[in-house]
Amino acid sequence: MIRVQREDFDVGAEMAALTAGNHAIGGLAVFVGLVRDVAGEAALGAMTLEHYPGMTEKMLERIEAEANQRWPLEASLIVHRTGRLEPGERIVLVAAASRHRQAAFEACQFLIDWLKTKAPFWKLEETEDGPKWVEARGSDDQATERWKTPRPDAGG
Amino acid sequence: MKLLYFAWLKTKIGAAEEELTPPPEVDTVAALLDWLAARDGGYAEALADRKALGVAVNQEYARPEDPVGPDDEVALFPPVTGG
Repeated sequence: MIRVQREDFDVGAEMAALTAGNHAIGGLAVFVGLVRDVAGEAALGAMTLEHYPGMTEKMLERIEAEANQRWPLEASLIVHRTGRLEPGERIVLVAAASRHRQAAFEACQFLIDWLKTKAPFWKLEETEDGPKWVEARGSDDQATERWKTPRPDAGG
Repeated sequence: MKLLYFAWLKTKIGAAEEELTPPPEVDTVAALLDWLAARDGGYAEALADRKALGVAVNQEYARPEDPVGPDDEVALFPPVTGG
């Protein structure tokens, strides 16, 4: 299940809803991304999240579907907020539930690593130096390397 | 063809979206970017660094050699920064 929304979400309520009634679930891994109060060296006042309605949902569904294909998940969830957010506010929640913890942990990390490189959102930061569009980080692309599956024709 | 611009491309080009009719020989993403960059206004500056530019055609990521046509929705944007 994926949602893109302006409103805040309640982490406890989302976790309860994800696992309700499914007692095969032994492990639920959750990641929440939050707005920090710094943007590089400058203090951050707020950030605004822009997105591409239609494509955003499509890409999040695809990332979630891949996680469900690669790991034996009982349930998964991505909730991503849009609009103007202030330091301390929740931006994103990704969650993965499985019978045992390894799949839950790995799928949860996979979801956020891929979301950060594939989901069409763009952040505009309001800093003391003025408004500034965030630049993508090489470390986000590197984080996705660990999830790349070897090509079938790879040697060795 | 519907063009959508996101983040600072929108600011440089001066519009969030527009309807354009490139000539029929503009039939790939690369050709479209060249055609746009030649237009008056902020296009050349917005499209100066092709390596830092993302393109989607009908809401799928696209490469320079991918085809585009008059009924397509094409979006141009910087690398994504969600999460």
